[in-house]
Amino acid sequence: MAKLRKPRTSAVDPAAAAAAAAARLPWHPPAPPVPTALLISLAALLVRVLVSVGPYSGQGAAPKFGDYEAQRHWMELTLHLPTSDWYRNTSDNDLAYWGLDYPPLSAYQSLLHGSLVNASLPDAVALRSSRGYESPESKLLLRWTVLSSDLLVFFPAALWFVWAYMKGGIDVSGEERREGWTWLLAMILISPCLVLIDHGHFQYNCISLGLTLGAIAGVLSRNELIAASLFTLAINHKQMSLYFAPAFFGHLLGKCLKRKYPIVEVMKLGFMVLGTLALVWWPFLHSYQAALQVIYRLAPFERGIYEDYVANFWCSTSVIIKWKRLFAIKPLKLMSLSATILAFLPSFVQQVKSPSNLGFLYSLMNCSFSFYLFSYQVHEKSILLPLLPASLLALREPQMYGWFVYFALFSMYPLICRDQLLLQYIAMLGLFFLIYYSPGGNQGKRLKVSCGAKVVLSLPFLCSLVLNISYLQIEPPKRYPFLFDALIMFICFSQFVILTLYTNYKQWMLDTHSRSIGVKKDL
Amino acid sequence: MASTASPATSAAAWAFAAATCVKLLLVPTYRSTDFDVHRYWLALTHALPARQWYTDASSQWTLDYPPFFAYFSRVLSLPAPLVDATLVSIPVPDAPPFAHLLYLRLTVAFTDLLLLLGSVLLLARDARRRQRPFLALVLVLWSPALLAVDHVHFQYNGFLMGLLLLSLYFLEQGWDLAGGVVFASLLCSKHLFLVAAPVYFMYLFRHYCCGRGVVKGLGRLVLMGSGVAAVFAVAFAPFVYYGQMQQVFNRLFPFGRGLCHAYWAPNFWVFYIMLDKILAFLLRRLGFNIAIPEASFTGGLVGDSSPFAVLPKVTPITTFLLVILAMTPCLVKAFSNPQPKHIIRWVSYACTCGFMFGWHVHEKASLHFTIPLALIAMDSLNDVRHYFLLSIVSCYSLFPLLFENQEYLIKVMLLLTYAALMWVGFTSHFAANSDQEGKKVNRPGSTVKNGFIGWVGLSYLLGIAAIELWSQVFHHHVFGDRLPFLPLIMVSLYCSLGMMYSWMWQLVCIVRHT
Repeated sequence: MAKLRKPRTSAVDPAAAAAAAAARLPWHPPAPPVPTALLISLAALLVRVLVSVGPYSGQGAAPKFGDYEAQRHWMELTLHLPTSDWYRNTSDNDLAYWGLDYPPLSAYQSLLHGSLVNASLPDAVALRSSRGYESPESKLLLRWTVLSSDLLVFFPAALWFVWAYMKGGIDVSGEERREGWTWLLAMILISPCLVLIDHGHFQYNCISLGLTLGAIAGVLSRNELIAASLFTLAINHKQMSLYFAPAFFGHLLGKCLKRKYPIVEVMKLGFMVLGTLALVWWPFLHSYQAALQVIYRLAPFERGIYEDYVANFWCSTSVIIKWKRLFAIKPLKLMSLSATILAFLPSFVQQVKSPSNLGFLYSLMNCSFSFYLFSYQVHEKSILLPLLPASLLALREPQMYGWFVYFALFSMYPLICRDQLLLQYIAMLGLFFLIYYSPGGNQGKRLKVSCGAKVVLSLPFLCSLVLNISYLQIEPPKRYPFLFDALIMFICFSQFVILTLYTNYKQWMLDTHSRSIGVKKDL
Repeated sequence: MASTASPATSAAAWAFAAATCVKLLLVPTYRSTDFDVHRYWLALTHALPARQWYTDASSQWTLDYPPFFAYFSRVLSLPAPLVDATLVSIPVPDAPPFAHLLYLRLTVAFTDLLLLLGSVLLLARDARRRQRPFLALVLVLWSPALLAVDHVHFQYNGFLMGLLLLSLYFLEQGWDLAGGVVFASLLCSKHLFLVAAPVYFMYLFRHYCCGRGVVKGLGRLVLMGSGVAAVFAVAFAPFVYYGQMQQVFNRLFPFGRGLCHAYWAPNFWVFYIMLDKILAFLLRRLGFNIAIPEASFTGGLVGDSSPFAVLPKVTPITTFLLVILAMTPCLVKAFSNPQPKHIIRWVSYACTCGFMFGWHVHEKASLHFTIPLALIAMDSLNDVRHYFLLSIVSCYSLFPLLFENQEYLIKVMLLLTYAALMWVGFTSHFAANSDQEGKKVNRPGSTVKNGFIGWVGLSYLLGIAAIELWSQVFHHHVFGDRLPFLPLIMVSLYCSLGMMYSWMWQLVCIVRHT
């Protein structure tokens, strides 16, 4: 791998040594690793705390409010109703008003947080009377529940992942092992989209993504059983984690097939998954009807194939082909399912054929992207799912990751504006790219891009800048009130398609690359 | 030279930009009445002629800074009408809209550029500090105390500290006249820096005027005098012309205030008050008839009667003499051997004396010496140990400023992150240096780590955590709503121990090494 390596300066030239020292960050080696990891985690937590000062979705927007009210309402429900009534329409549980539509682990988490909130501010989660309850104290308490979940789930998972990555989960050079890990950890922890959605908009993605990240770390450090169990938990927290399922399935299947007793290995994993599932679903397993009721709540097909202006295939092409008008729900379901499967199939096949840790990371990204682009009922927030594996690949694909983060953030711009988080958006964007281009780091210098390519690449970037401003300043024409939303969607969609084609290509090239190395070794 | 300057410059810009992002995130946080004060001043200096600046009473937040600060407000208000005309109209609206808040917050972040300039210049000068200026720069720009006071509580200390650092830079560079003039303009912006004036005077007199023969010396004395006088003239001449000097003076020096602020700054007087209380308690136990003083410190209001039960009353003159006395060793050093390389240390020490013994000191004044000391914190291992302790104590003593729940995690996280940053930065700095100098140390990190702050320092810092835990959790359980001021008193008392240590350490350092 051709890489720009800084010449060892200490022996040569004192001025150059001074310059290198000047540009070296305090947390570069020989900084002690444990305090450095602590420092990065503290900084990431500080950023989250700062973002959480801002407004949340639906603040003061009666009568429907937003995700904050949804989470608060779930706390209220799970706290006061018996488990059997959580997913049922009863006199106390109006499913039309933010009914629970996440799997049981989410409900347990709501119960836990609800009881914490109840201990200090019972009014905020009182049954019925607390609808639309908003106060500075309740905001603070709920924000703290997100912060603590993030700290308890996502942070340890990220640390474990970086440790596993550097311990040989992925081939890394000596320099990367010494210096790159701080950057990688910062890239994973200070992911602006995740921070803005969880601590600004208000959601608990950190839990499901953290569990997924833990599962990935488990795969990298060869703890497949733990990985399987953690990933099952992730799915049971948010069904959207299923976006990663083909990658996990393909990779673990491929690994098992390579072993001595493939059937036994697969059985072990299967038992682990089923056992975890049974544990989580225990209260709903007493009758077929109860379990079906939950599943029915989890798949809201009646909400249509897309909502708002999400930068995926169905929404972007709907300008030309009116999918919603042309087809009923049933054929649409079938179409989206087959399109999704077709999209992730190459990546899946590659992992079954030759599973590797690096290939697994690429596969995670490709599979989740195929779901984002083609599956049914995708939200703009779902871009967080492909972003997670992209951040894990940050050391391998720094350009790709920077590009992706920028457009992922941009794709959420209308949402951010609705939530009045513009200030936080600017600050997070700035912070992220400052860390991305931190002095002394050699990220962002690796790829030499030709001038013509630069012009082509900067075109969507310039468009996005113009749109950023015009979205706020210019009134769209009356005939097309969502003109700017649509333009943002088009730009992001085009970038996402290019990105996923690129990562699919990279994943397949891994195979030929490693084969050629293997051939060389044989010689 | 350009090749060595460019990474350092870009690193400086990087650190400043990162700090600015954090400042942006701090925009919606709590702000104190100081925000209303500065908002009113902005409108006042823009809407009214200078003649009315010190006489207008349309708001309770009257202008009580020297004229340069008023001019500064005036400059900041110039672009304001482009944003919102109501920003600079008198009377100011009661509840400021978000745009006003954003504008004022951004002016603070923008004027911090002077702080950046001052610290970059100072760090680029000294060859020894160039080993790792980035860390020292970061220590200044990311200082949690500065962030809390300027960008949450709302003040313009970054700008003022920038002026101070700029004048220190000129002195270090040997451009004494420029240093004196900049310091004079700092005095005309915030007169609290008067405590540093004796050191400046002594140093400039000896370094600039003496040792060059009588005629040249006198000539230089006149030059410096006229330079400083010109600055003061520019500042105060309009108000002399309007015949408002008495009014300006009354606004600047409100001696009606008590010895201590409502929340006691962690200085010497905390011990004095506590001693008085303990003595009074003991004597009462022994059967003496000790009257409870009418004025109390916790009430904040101090009239003419002495607030002390046993110990003698403290007057402004006493505090003034004490400050001068404490400063004497430093003044003697500056007189006998005026060297530019020690000027930062001397000025910081003078500010420390003012903080420890001054009249009606605010806890925020600890910034005036922690910021300059950050720049020389990397000079030696002893400096590092001292700065590590001092910066944490100084920041912790500011905690009561941000008393609302929303800011609780912010201030804690700011302090913890900064402490971790210092820990990582200092250990790696000294490990790297012992590597470079080729010292035969088996494990470079370990020596530094073990001897970094020592067990006394460490247990003192852990004591801070204990105090915080007590005041946040246990106090409420034990005392309920009684003794609401006890946690504050504990914080003051505990922090003043650390401040006292810092003062003595600086004193010893100056006596021994300068």
